[in-house]
Amino acid sequence: MGEAVHRYDETMPLEYRTEENRLNILGFWIFLGAEVVLFATLFATYLVLFQRTGSGPTAQELFQVKDVLIETLLLLTSSFTCGLAIFEMRRGRLAGLLAWLLVTLLLGIGFITFEVREFIHYVHEGATMQTSAFLSSFFVLVGTHGAHVSLGIGWMIFIIIQLLQRGLTVKTARKVFIVSLYWHFLDVVWIFIFTLVYLLGMVV
Amino acid sequence: MKWSEFFVTGEPLIYAADVAIVLTMVGIVFVLTYFKKWKWIWNEWLTTVDHKKIGVMYIICAVLMLFRGGVDALLMRAQLTAPNMNFLDAQHYNEIFTTHGTIMILFMAMPFIIGLMNIVVPLQIGARDVAFPYLNALSFWLFFFGAMLFNISFVIGGSPDAGWTAYFPLAGNEFSPGVGNNYYAVSLQISGIGTLMTGINFLVTILKMRAPGMTLMRMPMFTWTILITCVLIVFAFPVLTVALALMTFDRLFDTQFFTMANGGMSMLWANLFWIWGHPEVYIVILPAFGIFSEIVSTFAQKRLFGYKAMVYSIVGIAFLSFIVWVHHFFTMGAGPEVNSVFSITTMAVAIPTGVKIFNWLFTLRKGKIRFTTAMLWSLAFIPNFVIGGVTGVMLAMAAADYQYHNSYFLIAHFHYVLIAGVVFACFAGLHYWYPKMFGHMLNERLGKWTFWLFMIGFNVCFFPMYFLGLMGMTRRMYTYSDGLGWTPLNVVATVGAVLMGIGFIVLCYNIYYSARYGERDMTGDPWNGRTLEWATASPPVHYNFPVTPIVDDLDAYWVMKKKQGGFQVKEEELKPIHMPSNSGRPFWISVAFFVAGFGLVFKWFALAIAGALFIVLGLILRSFENDDGYHIGVDEIKRTERAARKGA
Repeated sequence: MGEAVHRYDETMPLEYRTEENRLNILGFWIFLGAEVVLFATLFATYLVLFQRTGSGPTAQELFQVKDVLIETLLLLTSSFTCGLAIFEMRRGRLAGLLAWLLVTLLLGIGFITFEVREFIHYVHEGATMQTSAFLSSFFVLVGTHGAHVSLGIGWMIFIIIQLLQRGLTVKTARKVFIVSLYWHFLDVVWIFIFTLVYLLGMVV
Repeated sequence: MKWSEFFVTGEPLIYAADVAIVLTMVGIVFVLTYFKKWKWIWNEWLTTVDHKKIGVMYIICAVLMLFRGGVDALLMRAQLTAPNMNFLDAQHYNEIFTTHGTIMILFMAMPFIIGLMNIVVPLQIGARDVAFPYLNALSFWLFFFGAMLFNISFVIGGSPDAGWTAYFPLAGNEFSPGVGNNYYAVSLQISGIGTLMTGINFLVTILKMRAPGMTLMRMPMFTWTILITCVLIVFAFPVLTVALALMTFDRLFDTQFFTMANGGMSMLWANLFWIWGHPEVYIVILPAFGIFSEIVSTFAQKRLFGYKAMVYSIVGIAFLSFIVWVHHFFTMGAGPEVNSVFSITTMAVAIPTGVKIFNWLFTLRKGKIRFTTAMLWSLAFIPNFVIGGVTGVMLAMAAADYQYHNSYFLIAHFHYVLIAGVVFACFAGLHYWYPKMFGHMLNERLGKWTFWLFMIGFNVCFFPMYFLGLMGMTRRMYTYSDGLGWTPLNVVATVGAVLMGIGFIVLCYNIYYSARYGERDMTGDPWNGRTLEWATASPPVHYNFPVTPIVDDLDAYWVMKKKQGGFQVKEEELKPIHMPSNSGRPFWISVAFFVAGFGLVFKWFALAIAGALFIVLGLILRSFENDDGYHIGVDEIKRTERAARKGA
């Protein structure tokens, strides 16, 4: 705290101008560090268990290439559009920021829709969380990522509302920036899921 | 579910506890109403975001939990005093050793340490609060309601009974069908989230909010240990989060992570648990080292010997803490290669720890030692902790560990490191910083009585356990037969436990006695301290420092006293101070966590979802909040400072 909180540093990007904002952004980076450990633990669990299929199907028998590819394209593109949103924010253009956030949001919703469809398909095939250790760890790992994306969608909606209400301020800029960090992080996690879960599952 | 299953029945001890709980609750409500204190407790405590008050609340909870865990311990000792006792049955005994372990580590040691760090760290670095005061309140209340959820298990639904390590398959549905282990999974999850947020909060605070001139290598040693502890928290607690989540899925939704069929792997739990669990014990011991460093340096009246070596050894211990976890289950049968690697990494821990021991000894050398209560605890720590450490190296030898594993030798070892390390540090820190918390000293005479009773009792209780272990007595056995030759040493151990209990009672009496008759600390610096917390009034005003102190050396306040005769504040330098507003939201969000958690424990999913919706609502309200805190004007600071400094 202290008097520095309200001192503006005009040479910095909007989201870095106050001490409070800088603390928040650093805190969020550290939180992402904790999230890395969380997902690393889930990946480790998956890699230990993924060949322990019991009487259930194996990864090779189960996975659908087409759906997963569509999901991947949607999420990777959304990360790019999220970057464009920050680019517009740095140029001080609220309309451009809102437009790209909205595109990001729609791509995110598209990703979740396809993921839910994929899960429903597996369950109809008789592959549920309860079937085998492989499927338990698959659903929990991929599901945790999906839950993060869903939370990100809700979060982004509320930030868009705040942008509409309050415009682009030091505070809203910080919130947009932090949600963008979160969104890119989920993209990175998905690349690992795509590689270590789906690609590995199709060859091993 | 029937009501007779909902409430625990059939044990006279439990009925007595029921009565005690109801009477306590009625008593609290009565006192608050009679003295018209509801508004006070809400405004001053439940909604506070002040790090000092939050710290005090942590410590109050920790002392209460020490009582609860201590009663568990005494019940166990009573049962084991003589062979073939029927004081507790096997099931009750299982529940008691489980709650004893879980409570002492997670709901006693952790909050005690976190409480001290809340009070001391911002003061030591010259800051006005932590980086995220609102988050700090949320951390506390999540810990509090997690602890409450865990504690109600023994009257509602039944306590967890699979040990504090909750190994599978024992902790799975097949062998533990009741709700007890659901309590374990859910309540640790809730308080664990709070701890993770504390870690992030203090990491940012220490990295970004130090007074001008306080470089990393000029930080007080306690702050250094907290910095490293926070790194451990941030990287270890997510593993617990995942492990507990998987346990919850296995228990509530019948997944196959740790089961015996369909590909599940029960040893995966043990690995995940200890990948968190080993760093966890260092999370509590590193701050203890920091506390002893401060106290030894203050009362030897010398600068800490080997400051840099101290820092590097903390970092070294923290690094090693992540690569030793397999030593908790050498007997799993991972093979000689794996066991050898973990055996060596474990023994390596003794090197940086040894460096620290010698640094404390060299700090004492040629010092003008003052034997205060805090100093007595610190001096007693050194030999007692060394006994724990040396037996730790014995346990680290994988081949020999096949003999020691899960015997009373192990019990003795970890109590020697955790009690002589962490508990001694908590008591030392409590005596040392007590005037900073409450404005009066703890009585030294009673403090020394506590010290001698507890320290002698501790050795009488736990030293015989090394021998009981070597004689074949294994951990977690609820009774033993006559003729094994274990009876005399068990009687001795029980006597020691009773002495420790008496020591604790003297401590509680001391808290009461000192509040009424204790010496007031008018100077803010009763011990001739070296670090910045002693530059504030006792207790500090809510903004801590009227102006930010400037630091130009280690032992900042000591140097200040030598150069300028103390912390000088010129009234013309005062500027308005920005402070965060109080908020009731951390409290009720945590209540929602409690409700959701209770729903999960009993698989009442409607209740769990209702609780979760309130949590989400709290997050949304927080996001839309537009509260920038408030400013304290210069005139008000002048008035407060004059009043606070009058005594000096």
